[in-house]
Amino acid sequence: MAVLGHLELAKYPFLADAGGYLRECGFTLGQLADDRDLAPIRDQAFARVAAAVDEGKVYRPSIETSSHLPREVFSFLLAVVLLKMSGARHLAKKFAMQEARGAETLLERDLGRARTTSQVLLATEIIRDLSGVGIQKQEEHFVVPVHEYLRRAVTFHAREWKLINRRVESGLVYLTPHETVRLIRQELVNYIVSRIEGAATPPQVPGLQGFAERLSAMEARLRPKTAVSSGEFAPCVKHAAKTMADGDNLSHAGRFLLATFLLARGYTIPDIVPYFEKAPDYKKSVTLYQLEHLAGKSGKGTAYRCQSCQKLKTLGLCHEIPECAGIVNPLQFGVGR
Amino acid sequence: MRPPDASFIRRCMRRYYFERFDMIELPSDMPKREFGYRRADSGMVRHIQLHDAADLRVLLLQAVPLEVYVSNARYLLPSQPIPEKVWEDAHLIFDIDAKDLNLECRPSHTAVSCERCGHGTPGPCERCGHRGVRKTSVACNSCMKAAGEQAGRLLEILADDLGVREGVRVYFSGNEGFHVHVHDEQLARLGAAERTELADYVAFRGIMPERLGVTRDRTASLPRPSEGGWRGRFARGVLGSKAGRSRAAREISSGGYDAFARRVGGMASSLGARIDPGVTMDVHRIFRMPGTINGKSGMAKVPCEDPKKFDPYVSAVVLSDEPVHVRASCPVPIRMMKRRFGPYSNEYVEVPAYAAAYMVCKGLAHVVE
Ligand code: SF4
Ligand SMILES: [Zn+2]
Ligand SMILES: [Zn+2]
Repeated sequence: MAVLGHLELAKYPFLADAGGYLRECGFTLGQLADDRDLAPIRDQAFARVAAAVDEGKVYRPSIETSSHLPREVFSFLLAVVLLKMSGARHLAKKFAMQEARGAETLLERDLGRARTTSQVLLATEIIRDLSGVGIQKQEEHFVVPVHEYLRRAVTFHAREWKLINRRVESGLVYLTPHETVRLIRQELVNYIVSRIEGAATPPQVPGLQGFAERLSAMEARLRPKTAVSSGEFAPCVKHAAKTMADGDNLSHAGRFLLATFLLARGYTIPDIVPYFEKAPDYKKSVTLYQLEHLAGKSGKGTAYRCQSCQKLKTLGLCHEIPECAGIVNPLQFGVGR
Repeated sequence: MRPPDASFIRRCMRRYYFERFDMIELPSDMPKREFGYRRADSGMVRHIQLHDAADLRVLLLQAVPLEVYVSNARYLLPSQPIPEKVWEDAHLIFDIDAKDLNLECRPSHTAVSCERCGHGTPGPCERCGHRGVRKTSVACNSCMKAAGEQAGRLLEILADDLGVREGVRVYFSGNEGFHVHVHDEQLARLGAAERTELADYVAFRGIMPERLGVTRDRTASLPRPSEGGWRGRFARGVLGSKAGRSRAAREISSGGYDAFARRVGGMASSLGARIDPGVTMDVHRIFRMPGTINGKSGMAKVPCEDPKKFDPYVSAVVLSDEPVHVRASCPVPIRMMKRRFGPYSNEYVEVPAYAAAYMVCKGLAHVVE
């Protein structure tokens, strides 16, 4: 881990070890929550989360005055606590993305301005902590190993990101500070999300309750209307899910149906795994791998579709009921009427 | 294959696998690989798990397959169907095939014969009237030399640009090409999309004119020969001398961006390494096993130090020189082991087993009982 000073922590507060930082500054979470004099920090924390809902608004920490620096870290840590208390998952995601965008700008500037060895070291270590990518400075550029580059760049679709359109020498890809930061954008977001998810759920701190409730209300407005539970399961899928839940052996085709149906309905892989846990031959690693394969996240990268009613009939998986009239794919079941 | 031909090939292979089992290069982590094989009389058998050399020896001597394959991938459960195997990694492979180079000499060493009766014939069969023909290309030194040059080009790009110098093994495919295997732990973990990018890179496909210093506003700042990567290679291979550079600059400023883009797009085959991209990107494929015999030629897939100097018609000939009687219809001569065979027009001849096997595998000769 990079050893960060107050300035770096104010810029990249998600890198701070929360407990350690508070202790070092001589505060407790309780004080942050209740202390009258610290009310501005609580407001700032709330504003920081609220800003995330405003598309296009990026939170800019004030890092010009050194006495303000700890406030930036406190307000971030407190924002995480608030999000955790309110259980607002969509909001947390938005918050992470917004914070990441702010950090991106700062990180790009830090990379671009890094001249001395220690500056370069600090900036590259921050990147390594965030993404695991080992970058190095070479002339005016930053270089990353080809395999690290490829893993990330293949998800970008612009032609400039094709390997052939890059300077590649001795196994290293040359990037500008801007490109370097762009390359790890997703990991920056993921890192912040994981910090929020990994934070311990705080005891209900009275001083923060009001804020947390307001965030829950914001979350309710954010939640997409067609959430995971939208539409009922088609009878064939219900049957497959029940077979699994009963711990009976479901055919390969039946498992395929269940998984592709749930994926298409927007379930995430961790949401789906429990459906398979009761299978007599259940192995977590295998199930995860298979789901990732079906979702197109591994290997060839093609996501598998949910099969048609006709195909399912030939496979003997169809359990048609009158409500199935007029649909050709289980995904249409109970949707839009 | 006719029964006497099939049993001759079987005999050759069994003897080879019995006597020269040491020629076979066993993969690392053998129990994690998927094996497959094909016999003369049946389809492909895949999803086989073998634990050690003894397992393989039993398979070879019992099934006596015409082709033997092994995955470049490692799996947790190699004998399961693909979606359930649990892929771990797969070393990177590039495939170069002389067939894809389409050299001018190709027609001169391609035998055309009747699909049904095997009679050598350019059009509808003079003997049985059947219309379908089969084209079989036979040994050609120029084709192999050209394929070797492509392999050399690939090795250079791998080393200079991609930094891959160690763990690279080149094999003659056993028929008309080369397989380049790259054993690199990091690259082995890449998925299909990443491998496609590597394939495009070495093949010089998809480059934008901007990368070569040509933009829409026509201020061309062309690459210099001393530069690394594709810019340097382009400067050396296309722009050439100083005079060439200024001529190119003039051409670009008169023809413009689009003309340049078209021109560069057409250079993949002259500048890039001509690999089969489908092979490189497939992470679940099984490949001919090094040291086994290629059923299309009776020659073996063998390692080769320098593909540019490799003579497969000596180094990959592994069958015996015992005399065999065949009836051969081979319109083009073949050179193997520095000897010349043919051309034969439906003749009874006695040739060494390796040459007999070569012609029989190509459908150009039949064993006389
Ligand atoms: S008709 Fe379609 S949706 Fe209804 S049970 Fe059969 S397969 Fe499932
Ligand atoms: Zn015929
Ligand atoms: Zn040729």
